[in-house]
Amino acid sequence: MTSLRYAVADRRKAAAADFWLRWEVLLLVLLGIVMLVNSRLSPWFLDYYNLLDSTFNFSEKAIMALSMTLIIVTRDIDLSVASIIALASVFMGLAAQAGAGVPLLVLIGLATGLLAGFANGAIITRFQIPAIVVTIGTMSLFRGIAYVVLGDTAITSYPAGFSWFGQSYLVWSIPFEFVLFLALAAVFGFVLHFTTTGRRIYAIGNNPVAARFSGISVDRYRLVLFTLNGLMAGLAAVLLTSRIGSTRPNIAAGWELEVITMVVLGGVSIMGGSGTISGVFIAVFVLGMMTFGLSLMNVPGIVMSVFVGVLLIASIAVPILIRRMLRR
Amino acid sequence: MDLTALARRREVVLLVLIALLLAAVGARAPVFLTPTSLGDVLTDTAILLMLACGQMAVILTRGIDLSVASNMAFTGMCTALLSKYHPELPIAVTLALAPLIGFCLGAINGALIAWVKIPPIVVTLGTLSAYRGMIFILSGGASVVTHEFSRPYLDFPRQSLLGVSALVWIALVVCAGMAVFLNFSRTGRSLYAVGGNPLAARYVGIGIERCQFLVYCLSGTIAGLCGYLWVSRYAIAFTEVAFGYELTVIAACVIGGVSVAGGIGSVAGCLLGGLFLGIIGNALPVIQVSPFWQMAISGFVILCAVIVNSRSEARKGKLILRETEPPVQAPLQVRPETPS
Repeated sequence: MTSLRYAVADRRKAAAADFWLRWEVLLLVLLGIVMLVNSRLSPWFLDYYNLLDSTFNFSEKAIMALSMTLIIVTRDIDLSVASIIALASVFMGLAAQAGAGVPLLVLIGLATGLLAGFANGAIITRFQIPAIVVTIGTMSLFRGIAYVVLGDTAITSYPAGFSWFGQSYLVWSIPFEFVLFLALAAVFGFVLHFTTTGRRIYAIGNNPVAARFSGISVDRYRLVLFTLNGLMAGLAAVLLTSRIGSTRPNIAAGWELEVITMVVLGGVSIMGGSGTISGVFIAVFVLGMMTFGLSLMNVPGIVMSVFVGVLLIASIAVPILIRRMLRR
Repeated sequence: MDLTALARRREVVLLVLIALLLAAVGARAPVFLTPTSLGDVLTDTAILLMLACGQMAVILTRGIDLSVASNMAFTGMCTALLSKYHPELPIAVTLALAPLIGFCLGAINGALIAWVKIPPIVVTLGTLSAYRGMIFILSGGASVVTHEFSRPYLDFPRQSLLGVSALVWIALVVCAGMAVFLNFSRTGRSLYAVGGNPLAARYVGIGIERCQFLVYCLSGTIAGLCGYLWVSRYAIAFTEVAFGYELTVIAACVIGGVSVAGGIGSVAGCLLGGLFLGIIGNALPVIQVSPFWQMAISGFVILCAVIVNSRSEARKGKLILRETEPPVQAPLQVRPETPS
């Protein structure tokens, strides 16, 4: 028996304090507060049908937040998602004008997203350029193409059956979009937390160079993740276009920042390597319920952005400041 | 400096590109090359140039300031409301107040980044939303339009000195000040050190936090000044002023060769990057291309610029993984230094 000179220490037993200081638990508490305050402020908040209908407002963004989580965990970022929606929506609109059927429209939306995401990933990995710069460029390029095609016009001639994706309900009047989000969240959670692929994604985010040395094809992973992120944006484009039934070049303007806000609030470090799907999942509801409650009180959307911005900064600053005070 | 080294300099390449662009546009529409027209291009681009300089200082320290456009719109609204309700106040008050408000907003960013240690992209993403929403709260959603402004408020940037508008003169002063600060002051040089290698900068005794705080204040101050100039130039203040403009500003920096990895960039490059975008924006209507092309073209230009950039600052880390020849067959050689 050879004795090891160095041993890897056993994992520390979890203490009760660890549980309460977990980000997901803090977020759940926050969600509880949001729900409580909202239900006190408006009698229509805790209504089964109202709550389910409110999910229409965030399901598309939430779906993109799932794949964005993987991107941010690997230390990357994708600012072009909202522009990919615009691009995919424009191509779907053009196809609809040419008389394409519903299955073809969906296929075009998904394929546009996939290709746009692949273009991002290919430029980033081939030329080793920081993702933030490349996606600022493609953000401008993709939405620019949408503007070139549409100018100041809009496409509204979608076939009748197309509205199913964004407007239909499944059993118990649960919106299809919301069910899709729940299903995708389960898939993403499984892949990130219970497979080797997921562990590798964390490894890349913690130290890309070390990950490369330990045999992970870092660039291939990044390429796949950007393609996946594009695909999810394509899916969001299908849902959104179907829900509002029209395409304008400024569709989903500013969504990239809202999606990133969801992810960061969910406890995913922008420096990569940490964060969970469950955190993002809860953060989606915190933001969704907060905006829903505010809209019930007739607060305009632009004022909500103050709450969202402050919440984003405060949720990160307060734990840091508390930890610093405790250390003293 | 020999010719190849000169040709490799980002600023020179950009200058040649801009000359080619001007020549191409001029060939189709000679009117574009008249002094008045070029003066208009400069006036149109002046605000972008100032903002790009401020943004560059931030990017040099490995940061990013996404809140500049919101800051600008908020400060613009503040000055506009002041002009509406107190038209008797001298213009000097506005000129002093605008940078001051911008400075305060920038200082909030800076404090959160430098001392609370939240990543810059997160902080400025948050303040981007928050500052934008504050405009609505401040104005109640109403806009301030042309006839509601006081005369001096609108006239000041429109004055002309030596045939060049005051707006361009202000931009010149700001950019020249920035160039002097970055190149000849101790703090300015330390910004490069902080971005190039924060750890090394710390070891030589540079206060990284101080530098970070400073650049966000600087960027905020410039954004504040630009807020007044923007509102005055377009004679309207509303909630969506300059919506999404922060990315144009960053694009100008990136085209100008500023590295988002920090530590690389010059005021000259920034100005040329901004001018490049400005010329494209102004030239399209002149050569009768739909202005809707502008966004797609600037996206394409940004991508080209970053790909060109990536060649000049290619990562060295990759070389480590390259398989080397076995030492027995090919003993270690010392390669002659390649002339640079």
